[in-house]
Formats: sequence, structure tokens, C-alpha cells
Amino acid sequence: MLALAPQDLRLDVNALDYLILALYFAVVVGIGFAARRAIRSSSDFFLAGRALPAWITGLAFVSANLGAIEILGMAANGAQYGLMTVHYYWIGAIPAMVFLGIVMMPFYYRSKVHSVPEFLRRRFNPATQLFNAIAFAVAQVLIAGINLYALALVMEALLGWPLWLSVIVSAAIVLAYITLGGLSSAIYNEVMQFFVIIAGLVPVVVLGLIRVGGFEGLGQKVRESVLGDGALHTWSNTATTDNPLGANWIGIVFGLGFVLSFGYWTTNFAEVQRGLSARNTNAARLTPIVAAYPKLLIPVVTVIPGLIALVLFSNLGKDGGPEYNYAIPLLMNEFLPNGVLGVAVTGLLASFMAGMAANISGFNTVFTYDIWKGHVNGEKSDEFYVRLGRIATIGGVVAGIGTAFIAAGFSNIMNYLQALFAFFNAPLFATFIIGLFWKRMTPWAGFWGIIAGTLAAFAVYIPYRAGILDLGTDLNASFVAAGAAFLVDAVISVVITLVTTPKPEEELRGLVYGLTDVDLKDDSIAGDKAWYRSPVILGSGALVLAAAFYLPFL
Amino acid sequence: MLFDIRRILGGLFAVYGVILVVVGLLDGAEEIAKAEGVRINLWTGIGMLVLAAIFLVWERLRPKDVPDPSDDASGDA
Repeated sequence: MLALAPQDLRLDVNALDYLILALYFAVVVGIGFAARRAIRSSSDFFLAGRALPAWITGLAFVSANLGAIEILGMAANGAQYGLMTVHYYWIGAIPAMVFLGIVMMPFYYRSKVHSVPEFLRRRFNPATQLFNAIAFAVAQVLIAGINLYALALVMEALLGWPLWLSVIVSAAIVLAYITLGGLSSAIYNEVMQFFVIIAGLVPVVVLGLIRVGGFEGLGQKVRESVLGDGALHTWSNTATTDNPLGANWIGIVFGLGFVLSFGYWTTNFAEVQRGLSARNTNAARLTPIVAAYPKLLIPVVTVIPGLIALVLFSNLGKDGGPEYNYAIPLLMNEFLPNGVLGVAVTGLLASFMAGMAANISGFNTVFTYDIWKGHVNGEKSDEFYVRLGRIATIGGVVAGIGTAFIAAGFSNIMNYLQALFAFFNAPLFATFIIGLFWKRMTPWAGFWGIIAGTLAAFAVYIPYRAGILDLGTDLNASFVAAGAAFLVDAVISVVITLVTTPKPEEELRGLVYGLTDVDLKDDSIAGDKAWYRSPVILGSGALVLAAAFYLPFL
Repeated sequence: MLFDIRRILGGLFAVYGVILVVVGLLDGAEEIAKAEGVRINLWTGIGMLVLAAIFLVWERLRPKDVPDPSDDASGDA
């Protein structure tokens, strides 16, 4: 085992690695300029012209979530909690993504809304839209700031760049390609980033496995490590909280699998927006389902490197040793020669930026449509809103730089993100699910449900943070906060519905299950009937695989 | 629609692939030893060239991803 001092994080990059990095960002900015020429209307800028096939929107969907915080954070969780980290993928992400594709996407796409808050306005009322739009806009700027700060920290540690330089350079690149090309630029770059980050991580995993003696050797060494045998199982000892994650099966299935994940994947506009840019309803439905297949395999390049780092570096995550978040950079340093090293660094940097770009492109749409057009001035020309979207992009990036330092106080960045999602997405999911299936649910029930649910999440999480409420680990606290938000939202929604007036059915056509909009034309194209383009068949396939993947690691 | 992303992906990975293959062939004992005795640059480069070829061939075979309605009528029957 190797003991490492913090300065060992510095990567030995040379001109070749910088060439690979520079080539990538030249292409990124080039895509921005090329995309600019295709922008003629607000639909081109904010929805990529609604012209993309499912494989592009699907890869962008998975990539928008595959920011470097996610990659480094999940490797950190792998080193800290072992294989239970795969719950985030197999019971967390996959069922929620399939549900989004099969059940919810038709409502989003066919109602022709630009954003999730706009859907809330149509189903409920403008107050609900405004509350959600502001909460979302604030959250996106905060998360963009976290991305930026994390990027700067990693670049300082790995390449020795001063903090301010990384912040300015990467913010400038994101700003350039989103301002120029809007959502198409963001999506094309996400697809490219997906392949580059995978190309950078696969060599790390392969060489790491060779070092530790393959999967068998890794299992052996993890058993002998501080985590012990528990790190090789996913469901054993979940009747109690006596497992590495410190959560029981109820917390995992309902807290993580149901409330947190469904909330995040089905109502988070930064994700849903990728589906809205698809060329027709079928492609929109396939977007999260196409994304589910790569998502199933992402643990191979996150959780496994985390475990490899755990057994190779004796002081990982200990006092005086490197943080868990540096598991992957440590392995890059250990194994990769110049060349592939440049690819891996490029992948990391690209995924930081893609994460931030997803936040910013969600932010500019919601700001323009839901805050400005919806509540300040909705009477302007189409060109005005494209220009406003570009200004909002600049404002969002600047605000992201400004808020970057809020993330500084938290040891494990993932937990902070989870906390934010619990506050904004978990109650939203309750409102959506009731609103979609119960046509009686009233506009004000939508509004007060979300407010009450959000407050409930704060009411659990803040006392936990302050040390008044003991919930074990940070992760378990976020499961509980999300669960509370969901339940309170549901109860308040039902109570308010019973004492207020529902919308007439006519206004709810196409927005509620069972009330179809007869005026909508079937937009399917030839070939959509094939089994390999069926959301139900492909979605079921993803669920079966997720269940099957658990079998060797029960 | 916009320019075809497959051409960009194919182009980027072709360039990366060529760079890594050349570097991989020139790698000395030190680089190979660091990577557990594997010529990792060479293998990654080859992998990237294969990926580039897939994107470029796919784009050549089906230039637009949106199928032409006229030639799909028969395929649906």
C-alpha cells in the first residue's frame, strides 16, 4: 500500500497532454460558432429546434448528469461505502428514468411546453410556475457555482493552475458556447464529452484492475480493507442500519429509489430539457430510456476505481491523506503515461464544464420563459427573447462565479447536491404525480403543496445540520428529508384540493392522465413502430438488466 | 437541422487516435512500466480509431438520421 501526501496529487502533464486538451476546447468553441448559424428563432436557441434523434438527446441526458462532481463524488462514495453506492444507479436512476420515458414524457413533450415550470403553469397556475421557476433558477446557479469551484480545486491540485485562472477560463468557455449556440451547442458538447470522459476513465479502470489482480484480487483486497466484507454487498444487513451506507432498506427503496431519484430524474428541468429537444414524441420518450443503458454501466468507471483507490492508497480519506474525492485523479497519476493522461484530464475538465453548461442552459430558459416572459413582460418579439436568453446566460455564469464559494464548507460535495435536490425536487415529484393522475387536484393545491413540502425538507435538514436531530450519516439525512418533503407535499395537496375549486376539464386536456387532447396529431415517423424504438420494450429491458446486475452482489 | 455531430465525433477521435497510436509506438520502457506493462497509449489510440471509424461509416451509410418518409413505406409493411 502506498501512503500519499497531498502534494502527490500533482499530475505530470506535458505539452502533449495540453495539445489534447487544447484540441478539445477548440472543437467545443467551434461547435458554438457552427450552431450559432442555425439559430433563427427562440425554439432553435432554447429547444435546439426540436429536431434531434433519440440517440443524441439520450446521450446528452446521461451526460448532463455525468458532471465531474458526479464522477469524482461517486468514486468517493465507492471508496467510502463500497458497492452499496450502486444503489444510486440501479435502484435510483434506472427506474426513475424509465418511468420518465414511459409515463411522464408524453405529457411534457406533447403539451409543447418549454420548461417544467411552464408545465406547472398549465396544470396549476402562474403562482406555482413562479415559485418553481425561482427555486430552480437559484438552485441551478448554486450548482453551477459548485461545479466551478470544484473544477478550480481539482485543477489547482492536479495541474497547479491558480484558482482564479481555472474559474475564469472555464466560465469563459461555457459562456462562449452557450451564448453562441444555445441548447444545441450544450447538447452536442454533452455527447462529445460523454465519449471523451469514458475514453479517459476506461484505461484507469483496466490498469487499476491489472494491478490489484483483476476482479477477484480486488474483492480479496477490499475484504481485507477497513470497509471489510460489507463493501462487497448491496442488500445484506439492510434490515438494520448496520451496513456501510448506514441506511436500511426502507431508506434505500423509498428515500433514495423512490422520492429522491424520481424527484430528481423526472422533474429536474436540466434533465427533462434534453427530452424536450427531441424531434418527436417517440424520440422524447426514448431519451431517458436510451440514457438508462449507459447509466447501468457507469458504476464500472466510478465505483470500481473508488474501490481500487481504497485498496491501493492506505491513507485515502484519513487525516493527513488525500480526500475521497481524489480517488480517480490519484489513479490517473499512478497509471497513466502522457497522452492518455491528457485524454483523462480533458475528460474531467469537459465533464465539469458540461455539468455547468447543463445548469446554465436550464437556467437561461427558465429565466427567459418562466420569470421574464411569464411574469414581467410577455409581449415582446421572438428575437427579443433570444437576446434575453443570451443575456441571462451571461448573468447566470457571472452569478455562478459569485456563488462558487458556498460549496467550500462541505466535505463531500455529493451530499450537498443531494440536499439541494431534496429541497426542490422531492416535493415537486409528489405534486406532479398527484396532478397527473388526479384531475380534481386544484391549482392552489399545486402551489401550497410544493411550498409545504419544501419547508418540510428544510425543517428536517437544518436541525440535522445544526446537530439537534441525529440521523446517522449525511446520506441518510437527505433520504429522510426527501421522504418528509414528499409526504407533507402529498398530504397538503389533498387537503387543499378538498377545499378549493378545480380547473375545468377543458383546460386540463393533454395535461392529465385520461384527458387526451383530441386536437393533437400523431407525430410518429416511419420506423417508430419497430421494437427497437419502443419505449416500453427498451424501458423494460433496462429494468431487467438493473435487477440482474444486483444478483452477483446481493 | 444542424451539422452532423457524427462527423465531429469521428473527426475528433480520428485525430486523437492517430496522436495516441504514434505516442504509443514511441513510448519508452518508463511509460510502459508505469502502465503495468501495457502500451496503454497504443491500445487507447486503436480503440479511438475504431470508434471514429464507426461514426464516420454510420454517417456515410445513413447521411441523415431522419429517414426519408418515401423509402420507409415499404419497410413498415
